[in-house]
This record gives sequence, C-alpha cells and structure tokens, in this order.
Amino acid sequence: MTAYLDIANLSVALRRGGRLLRSVSLRVEPGEVHALVGESGAGKSMIARAVFGILPNAVEIIEGDVKLAGESLKHMPQGARRLFIGKRAAFIPQDPLTALNPSKRIEQQICDRLVHILGLSRKDAHARALALLGEVKITSPERVMRLYPHELSGGMRQRVLIAAAFAAEPRLIVADEPTTALDVTVQKQILGLIADMQARHGTALLFVTHNLGVVAKLCQTASVLYAGKVVEQASVQQLFSKPQHAYTRALMAATPRYDRPEESLKPASPELIAALAREVADTDAAWAKEHQHA
Amino acid sequence: MPDALFAVTDLHLSLPDMTKKPLFGAAPRIEILKGLNFAIAEGEITGIVGESGSGKTSLGRTLIRLLKPDSGTIHFAGRDIAAIGDDEMRPLRRDLQIIFQDPFSSLNPRKTVGTIIASPLLLHKVAREGREARELAQEVLTQVGLPGNFVSRYPHELSGGQRQRVGIARAVALKPRFILADEIVSGLDVSSQAQILDLLMNLRAQMNFTMAFISHDLSVVRRLCDRVIVMRRGEIVEEAETATLFEKPQHAYTRLLRDSIPLPEVSDGWLKES
Repeated sequence: MTAYLDIANLSVALRRGGRLLRSVSLRVEPGEVHALVGESGAGKSMIARAVFGILPNAVEIIEGDVKLAGESLKHMPQGARRLFIGKRAAFIPQDPLTALNPSKRIEQQICDRLVHILGLSRKDAHARALALLGEVKITSPERVMRLYPHELSGGMRQRVLIAAAFAAEPRLIVADEPTTALDVTVQKQILGLIADMQARHGTALLFVTHNLGVVAKLCQTASVLYAGKVVEQASVQQLFSKPQHAYTRALMAATPRYDRPEESLKPASPELIAALAREVADTDAAWAKEHQHA
Repeated sequence: MPDALFAVTDLHLSLPDMTKKPLFGAAPRIEILKGLNFAIAEGEITGIVGESGSGKTSLGRTLIRLLKPDSGTIHFAGRDIAAIGDDEMRPLRRDLQIIFQDPFSSLNPRKTVGTIIASPLLLHKVAREGREARELAQEVLTQVGLPGNFVSRYPHELSGGQRQRVGIARAVALKPRFILADEIVSGLDVSSQAQILDLLMNLRAQMNFTMAFISHDLSVVRRLCDRVIVMRRGEIVEEAETATLFEKPQHAYTRLLRDSIPLPEVSDGWLKES
C-alpha cells in the first residue's frame, strides 16, 4: 500500500547553522491518524511546513524527501508543486481566526478553493459547500455561508475550516493543534467530528499536538519528537502501555490527571535533560561523520 | 465562615457592550456576574473554573478591585471593598496581587527583571531605597528557583517558564495576603507546568498566602486547589471541596466538564460518547 504521506530521513537546517529536524522518517497510511507529539520547539510545526513546502526562508531541506501519495516533492517545479499539494493535502490550523480571511464571507472562502482546485463552476461549488457545512454539523448552512468569520464562535470557525479542509477530497490532512484554543466540551465535539470525517473519507491525518489525552483518544500511531528528532515511534496502544523512551515516560509523568490526584507530578529531572542533550549530540556527531565523505 | 479572607455577597457586575454601541450615546451593558455568593478561607487555594465567557476572569478582577461591581459586597479581611475609591484601595493593593496568564505581555520589555520586581517594593515602601529593593529582588528570585543574577536580564532573554517565575516573584515579593493567578500555566509545556505547580505549592507552604486560581484545566485544578467554584454564564453552578467535586459532582455541568477531558489512556468509543 502506498502511504499517503511518506517522510524519509528528512533533515532541515538553518542556512548557516545546525539541524532543526534530525533525520525524521514517518509514514501515514490511508485512513490512519498519526500523532506528532512534542513540546514547544520540538519541530512539530516545522514538519508540517515541510510537507506543504512552506518552510521559512532562513531554513532549507538538506537531506531526505517528502512523498505525497507516492510522488516525491523534491524535484517538482514550484508552480506544479503548489497545485499538486493543493489537490492532495489540506491544513487545519490552530487558530481559525487568523486562517480565515476577515473580509470575505464563509461562502467565498470555501467556494474559491473548490473553483481553484477542483475546477468546479460557481454554482456547483456553492452546492458542494452547502453539503460540506451540513456534513460538519452546522445547523443552518445557508445562513452561515453569508456570515463573516468574526460573527462565528471559535467552535463554529473550526467547523468551517474542517469543512474547507475536506472540500477538495485530499488524501492527507495535517492538523496543527486544532483544538488547543477551544473549551474542553467543544474540543470533544471537534475531535469527534474530525475522527468521523476522517474515517468516512479515508483520509490520512497527521495530527500535531502536545496533549497526550488527545493522542490516546484520537490517534492510532504516534511519533514523539524531541529537539527535531523522533525519539519514539509506535502504535498508540503500545506508546501508552509500554513507553520505550525515557522522554515519553517523562512527558506522561508530568501530565496531571484528574483521576489520579495522589500521583505526584514529576517535572523532567536534570539527569534526563542531560541524557537527552547527549543523545542529540551523539546523533549529530554520527550524522556529521557519515556526511564527511559525501 | 469565621476564617474567611474574602466574603462575597450578591455580587453583580455589568460591562458596556462595545460591539453594540451606537455612534452617539452610551453602549448597552451586558450582565457579566449575576449575583454571586461565596467565601474564600484564609490560607486556601480556591480554583475558579469554567469555559470561556463564563465570567471567571471578570470575577477575579472584581475581587481585587481592578473592576468595580454594580452592587453587592466584597469583604476582604473584614472590610467591604466593593465600592471604595482608588485612594482608599491603594494601601490595600499590596495585599491583593495578581499573576497574569501571559508573562510575555505582562512584563515590561524595556525593564530588567530586577526593576520589574523592585519597583512595587519601593512603591509600597517594603524597601526603603533602591539597593535594598534590589537585594530583596535577588532573594525572591532564588525563592522561585531562578539564579539571583537574573536581576540584570530582560524578559525577552528568558524562556516561557522562567518568565512565569518572574511574574510569580513579582507578586510574592510583597508578601501579599491574597494572590490572584489567572490561567498562569495555560501557555506552558507540561514539564514547565509541573515545575510551576510544584513551586506554587512550596511557596504556599512557606508563605501561607491565600490564592484564587483561575483555570480552564480541571486536571491542574485537581492537583492544586483545596476548593473549587464552577462557573457558567456569570453564575456559580457548583462549589465544593476539590475531592468531593471530582468524585461526586452534584451538577450535570460539572460532570460534563470533567468527562470532556481526554485522559491519556487508550479507550475506543470515548469520542462517540456525548
């Protein structure tokens, strides 16, 4: 089976400076939800940006490849690549308010995409947009289509973005902390909706999060990221029953649970932080040695 | 309650709704707090939880009189501060401190950490002159787990966790009786969050202050707080001791909030429950 997303040995570095992603490999199969877990600065969003070819200017891919639906993005010319990615992948951001254009009605924002990527007529695009808003359980889609983003609640905005993401039937959706800013009750609804849509469309989903609870409830597989390096990759079942890496265990030990108040929270120990720094340094040394002759 | 530091009765607050303000004339007012009654016991940490828009931040700000309530009483240490003026409030400010959610925007980027901590000490005459204030600032920095020489650093040189420690240092330096902590760990990674929670518990044991801890994260509240107030749409739906609230929530809304938290353990079907 061709993975919808196949990142192989990807290293990304500052144009002059060290690596920000350290030989990252991960695959997401059709119908799979893969979690990308880590703390701030671990490189989660950098991976997401590499998938869409929108890395910051100061940063470049120095090794490895990203394959989308079996095709390498590496040697594709700029213009062709944009359309290729636009047809096959979509993005759900953390903050729907900045992702939506404040001066355009919801209708235009979804329809533009359908016209652009799928080449639908305005009339067909309108019908499809209505159907999509219904699918994300927006009760009066006709009315919402005419509204501006600021007239919607946070949860509604996120529903609109989910509808927009699924609009062009992408193979892959990358969601970057899409529920972090929401209240827990709304978060649960939105997670349920994402899971539902993803299963129905057979989409591959790369879900970026720092919340281990969300990983456990939504995802099937996971990569734990530390300092741009995948320190553990496993099925979610395995990750929670037998975490292999000390860092994964430390993350779990630092996460408070309302059902286990007697367990004391353990912030990462200095020994662990030193061990992690050593592991990263060793990885870099081995990598540098390997690339001396190249 | 005999040992209540705060006793609040029938607290009402409304604020102007600027989105509906006509071009000329006053904006209509929205009711934010709809007649709250509760007490905060001396030495306790009270959690105030609720979803966005429930009024938890407004409640906190009214308690320390950053906002003026429409009606009701707020007895702080036996004195009603609900309606007194700024001049009368000023001497009380030392005892009513706040730690903000976002240490990025609440610390002045042009001032050193030392100045940030020292100026309230001088203002409230806890320290008589600059050198003494600076020494106290160094002392309190070590108390919150930062090196004393951070006094000469600027906020942008610090990580999020370190910056939040500075916010805590600024508040506790005055040895206040009451501290309002408004979502102070929401922006932090779990490991920094665990450290900050640890720090708060240690400081409380040392300094014996009373705290209101506003949070949307019930798992954090379960760890830290003695009592919890659950708010919804400007009203208190439930108030109880923390253990009781979590084990035997009386109100359906409390149960909903608790059960909406995804626990870090695999279970199929959780997303389908509603």
